[in-house]
Amino acid sequence: MIELRNISKDFGSGEKTVHAVRDVSLSIGTGEIFGIIGFSGAGKSTLVRCINLLERPTAGTVTVNGQELMSLPPKELRRARKKIGMIFQHFNLMPSRTVAGNVAYPLKGSGLSKEEIQKKVTTLLELVGIADKADAYPSQLSGGQKQRVAIARALANDPQVLLCDEATSALDPQTTKSILHLLKQLNEALGITIVLITHEMAVVKEICGRVAVMEYGRVVEQGEVFTVFAEPKQGITKSFIHTTSNLQKVEELIAEDSPVTRLQPGELIVRLSYIQRNVNEPIISAVSQLFNVSLNIIFADITIVQDSPIGGTVAIISGERKQITKAIEYLIDKNVGVEVIKDARADY
Amino acid sequence: MQELITNLAPNLASKLPDFYKALGDTLLMVLWSGAISFVLGLALGVLLIVTKPGGILENKVLYQIVDKLVSLFRSIPFIILLTWVMPITRALVGTVLYVRGAIVPLVFGSVPYFTRQVQSALAELDPGLIEAAESMGSSPAEIIFRVYLKESVAAIARGTTITIISLLNLTAMAGVAGAGGLGDFAIRYGHDRNMADITNVTVFVLVLLVCIIEFAGGRVVKKNTH
Repeated sequence: MIELRNISKDFGSGEKTVHAVRDVSLSIGTGEIFGIIGFSGAGKSTLVRCINLLERPTAGTVTVNGQELMSLPPKELRRARKKIGMIFQHFNLMPSRTVAGNVAYPLKGSGLSKEEIQKKVTTLLELVGIADKADAYPSQLSGGQKQRVAIARALANDPQVLLCDEATSALDPQTTKSILHLLKQLNEALGITIVLITHEMAVVKEICGRVAVMEYGRVVEQGEVFTVFAEPKQGITKSFIHTTSNLQKVEELIAEDSPVTRLQPGELIVRLSYIQRNVNEPIISAVSQLFNVSLNIIFADITIVQDSPIGGTVAIISGERKQITKAIEYLIDKNVGVEVIKDARADY
Repeated sequence: MQELITNLAPNLASKLPDFYKALGDTLLMVLWSGAISFVLGLALGVLLIVTKPGGILENKVLYQIVDKLVSLFRSIPFIILLTWVMPITRALVGTVLYVRGAIVPLVFGSVPYFTRQVQSALAELDPGLIEAAESMGSSPAEIIFRVYLKESVAAIARGTTITIISLLNLTAMAGVAGAGGLGDFAIRYGHDRNMADITNVTVFVLVLLVCIIEFAGGRVVKKNTH
């Protein structure tokens, strides 16, 4: 549905040139929910604007729904844009128009009669669950309601693609969830392809199928969200994942010499991470029974990504030295990542 | 009524027909030059906003020319402008006297002022709205009329109110240069012939006019603010 080939975008010229996007190629399939994550300044907002040419790339080609956009004359480009909806962090609703007026805005000149437009606006507002606010002005709405109106407006011309530029970044966590839920619903009901820009890993985890990680204008890592979560390759990806997990806290606790991390001789602290889709097996209790070791869980952080659990636990293992070694081998055999964080076996 | 005026302002009572004529001339000058300036200023303000660097119809040359012209006319004191544009006035309306002769310099005086008012009103608009309109496939003309102008009605009404009041001020100066009107009336009788009551009443009427203009402007602003 969306093909970006070797996209670069520079701002300014000469020595002051800013390379916002450097040689990015992405291929996004029909019906996907594709996430692009990066810290501010990584170039993700510029990249998403290259998809509908709000920013014209300095180099590269943009193909949406089989149409090469860069070579289109202005009128054709405007027609193509009507099929690419976009929503924004600050909603960008027109304050002098009512909710219904905002949603009707893109329908003027679409060939629909006044009655048809009115009907369509009502349908759209029902679709996003805000039909009762049709006559309200944007200033009377909450953030989540405003974003719903913006989504209805973006869907007015039945687009095949919806671009979301930090669409939930100005919303509280609960509202974020409800908007993400709505996007997922629209994706399933309308088959619309969604490209979602965010700096929050939690958002990606919630609804995206695939994700691209951006840093300094480049896509440094991309793939299935589960794979990226389970085996992040780049440092930046790891740091994003850490923002959604508390498994790293154990190092801080050890550094602080917290009582929960103090070990008896022979014990060790391990971090077990589930990187394969097999967490539904009762691995921990199996280990405990098979090798007669005890596992004292300090932390556990398991979340569901793409319908599979992912995450891990930090536990203190105690027992006979030989049995502990066997237990660890068993865990590795079961595709559980084992990382020994603190080892008191030598203190025997 | 007649008696009241005779008691309070004896000099004015004997000049009533002249006074009404002067008031009418002032209103005519404000109305005509105001209407022309509104259209021209709006057009130039929009032109500056859309052709500015980063605007939807960016055009550096056009922007620089219009911007510098506006600055030029803004910096000439009106009383000098009045005489400076006389050849143009004569060529356009055939005379530099009376209401007809005043309209051209008044337009030259207030268009640059109103252009800046419109420009700042439109510049206040959230750039996100323009971006959203572009993302929805709006053409430049649609963005100008359905976003820039439609969403700035309140701000433009504010600028219009200020411009009309300053125009009222300019008519007094134009009046002294041969156009007639309240300014000329007050100077000729109130000052030159030492008839203080005439100056007082003129001031009172001008204050009243300003109040009416501000009230009307305020209503438009309020109606268009949500």
